[in-house]
Amino acid sequence: MNIDFEPQTEDDAAAIVRAAAQRSARLRIQGGGTRGICAAIEADAVLSTRKLSGIVSYNPAEMTMSALAGTPASEIEVKLAEHRQMLAFEPMDPRGLSGATGEPTIGGVFATNSSGPRRLSAGAARDHLLGLRFVNGEGIVIKSGGRVMKNVTGLDLVKLLAGAHGTLGLMTEVTFKVLPLPPASATIVLSSLNDAEAAGAMARVMSMPSEVSSAAHLPESVRGRFISGRLPDGPATIFRLEGLPATVSARAEKLTSACAVAGPVTVLEDQDSRALWREVRDVKPYADGTERALWCVSVAPTVGHQLVAALRLETGVDAFYDWQGGRVWLRMEADPEADLVRRFIKALGGGHARLMRASSAVRAVTPAFEPETPAVSVLSARLREKFDPKGIFNPGLMG
Amino acid sequence: MLDRRETIVADLADLLPPGCLVSDVRGLVPFETDAFIAYRRVPLAVALPETTAQVAAVLKYCSRYGIPVVPRGAGTSLSGGAIPQEDAVVIGLSKMTRILDIDFPNRTATVEAGVTNISISEAVMPEGFFYAPDPSSQLACTIGGNIGMNSGGAHCLKYGVTTNNLLGVKMVLFDGTIIELGGKALDAAGYDLLGLVCGSEGQLGIVTEATVRLLARPEGARPVLFGFSSSEEAGACVAEVIGSGIIPVAIEFMDKPAIGICEAFAKAGYPMDVEALLIVEVEGSEAEMDATLASIIDIARRHGVTTIRESQSATEAALIWKGRKSAFGATGRIADYICMDGTVPLSKLSEVLRKTGEIAARYGLRVANVFHAGDGNMHPLILYNINDPEDAARAEAAGNDILKLCVDAGGCLTGEHGVGIEKRDLMLHQFTQADLNQQMAARAAFDPQWIMNPSKVFPLEGRPTA
Repeated sequence: MNIDFEPQTEDDAAAIVRAAAQRSARLRIQGGGTRGICAAIEADAVLSTRKLSGIVSYNPAEMTMSALAGTPASEIEVKLAEHRQMLAFEPMDPRGLSGATGEPTIGGVFATNSSGPRRLSAGAARDHLLGLRFVNGEGIVIKSGGRVMKNVTGLDLVKLLAGAHGTLGLMTEVTFKVLPLPPASATIVLSSLNDAEAAGAMARVMSMPSEVSSAAHLPESVRGRFISGRLPDGPATIFRLEGLPATVSARAEKLTSACAVAGPVTVLEDQDSRALWREVRDVKPYADGTERALWCVSVAPTVGHQLVAALRLETGVDAFYDWQGGRVWLRMEADPEADLVRRFIKALGGGHARLMRASSAVRAVTPAFEPETPAVSVLSARLREKFDPKGIFNPGLMG
Repeated sequence: MLDRRETIVADLADLLPPGCLVSDVRGLVPFETDAFIAYRRVPLAVALPETTAQVAAVLKYCSRYGIPVVPRGAGTSLSGGAIPQEDAVVIGLSKMTRILDIDFPNRTATVEAGVTNISISEAVMPEGFFYAPDPSSQLACTIGGNIGMNSGGAHCLKYGVTTNNLLGVKMVLFDGTIIELGGKALDAAGYDLLGLVCGSEGQLGIVTEATVRLLARPEGARPVLFGFSSSEEAGACVAEVIGSGIIPVAIEFMDKPAIGICEAFAKAGYPMDVEALLIVEVEGSEAEMDATLASIIDIARRHGVTTIRESQSATEAALIWKGRKSAFGATGRIADYICMDGTVPLSKLSEVLRKTGEIAARYGLRVANVFHAGDGNMHPLILYNINDPEDAARAEAAGNDILKLCVDAGGCLTGEHGVGIEKRDLMLHQFTQADLNQQMAARAAFDPQWIMNPSKVFPLEGRPTA
């Protein structure tokens, strides 16, 4: 779809939304349009935030930054890196999966609550978002939160808007927490464990005081597609250590000896370690230019492998695990099997599955977001009505 | 409402097991206030349900008859979050104290809302785990109250506050509907209702069960005392430590009056000849702690540190923290006080400290400062005499000026204690009416009748008229 509106200021954005609300014209809200989540949206016009761009303030000593919503995420990461800082929640670059060519925006990162492998230890995007300004469905500019680390003043609309995929408001400016870039990174690779053994090993390692920042399991089917095949043979259960060089090497030594009883252990140093986790973050094995259905599943960490094992008895799937096994990237060989996937998740204690990629034909008939229980969906619908009474923001998205 | 008191009490008695309803005048007195003792109101009745179903039954009844409800955990709120009103039924969670599930492989604990904060950590300590948020009142305060206020604590500089450590809740809505949000997975589906509920001060419903994240205990932890000859130097040292990329687990600040008060109470060995004291805690293996401390000491020396004292034993470390965590109680021994809770950007710490002193002096009041410096969360304690109405009025006015100062410095009214009654009428200093209208609209999605803890958070003027 072509872009109909590209507001250059917050006032412009509010005026456009007000006018749309008056006409009950439905708007598709997008940043760079790189996440491939728009297929289900039935809109009359497209509004992009990409001209609402620029870092508004950055104070490295206070570890906070404010930026307009359309600022490219890459511009922010470069700026932060100059001061040896980072977005600790590690948002993915979605273009590998979606095949899109635009620039992911910081607004898109927070609107989708996009978080990568370090989410396990550092929290999600929503945990780092301190404040925001947004235009509600009536075209009124609202601010929530602030620019300090601790703030419980009033209802936390910041959390509510994070991950709402633009259905509750059009973000215009975000203020977020940043953290020091760890000077050293190492990855312990434990080879040869099957999925169930890996789940046990990850739970054991996460119960040790080794401050592992990320834990993932890459079964044999995907292992070769990471870091150009340089991972050792066999399934790879991987643990990331980050921090000062001396600290990282001391912990790596301890973790290596703790893991050695379970199988062969290799240590990846800086370059390889960083590259590997970037590829885990961006779901490299499934960024394959196809439209095969891909689910992002969130369950209790020890349940991930059970889900995959149960599905394998019914249908063709390929999978790898992040977040200690609690995030499953699940690629379907053919049919998306939404009902099956969701039924099994429920049977295994709950969680949810989001359709991250599929052909437009599949998307048209498959709910991308987990259907909510009746009582919760009543609440969600009421909230949506309170933020966007005319239902003009991203209709069709999120239940 | 008060005319119907007898009927309401009789009806509630039918909904609850014996011994779960308080309605006699003497029995109600302990519920008339919380740790924000400046206000007292005796409620109509207090329900102390034992199960989620009983909470639901009471809420269903109250919503049917439009009776206001005030949820209560341990009553340790410093902002009046649990203070009732005369026409309200208090629902206290003090009988719901079971630990329901501890899942070490998934590192979660599921507990009833009346479980105290400390007892979660105590239950998992033998296996080497802990629950991170540690408000100073952690011996008494409940996890339900922590969720209501999104409580913080000294160690949240590294580990985050309640909302960052909460995975799921079971809660009862105003009309008795029971819902579950989140669970053992790290992320929940749909809108982040859990994030909205956490810190909503009992206005969106009553949480009856919570699933929280457990963490592996660090190998070791060591608090170190740094004394400075001025608050400005201490403040600048904090800013440089954070700016240098070192994030200790905690950086706590005390000024001279606070040091005196805490030392007299805890005998923790705080240096008495300094104007400002930082407690900096680092974690990890011995070697890691040594390395991190060496960097912090370098920075402190550049800012004129006069005393450096490392704790030499676990007992000494515990004493250092005992002194800090009993700051409010110890202050209560020498005077009545109100405790402010504004947060300011780190670069404004020194300036705000100085101006806080000026404000107190202008009102002729004493102030002690003890707070979480690493995240800019200030706690000036304004000392006054609660039995002297003029003194009390001056203290409240000084408190308001200090909070406005925090907002004007780019911060906020409350970092971890909540708005409650205390800061309700200052909300328009931080937010526009449009901002508050949007928050109240979100609130109305959960409680259209506005019966849940109704007199808190939002200024009484400008509320939507139903």
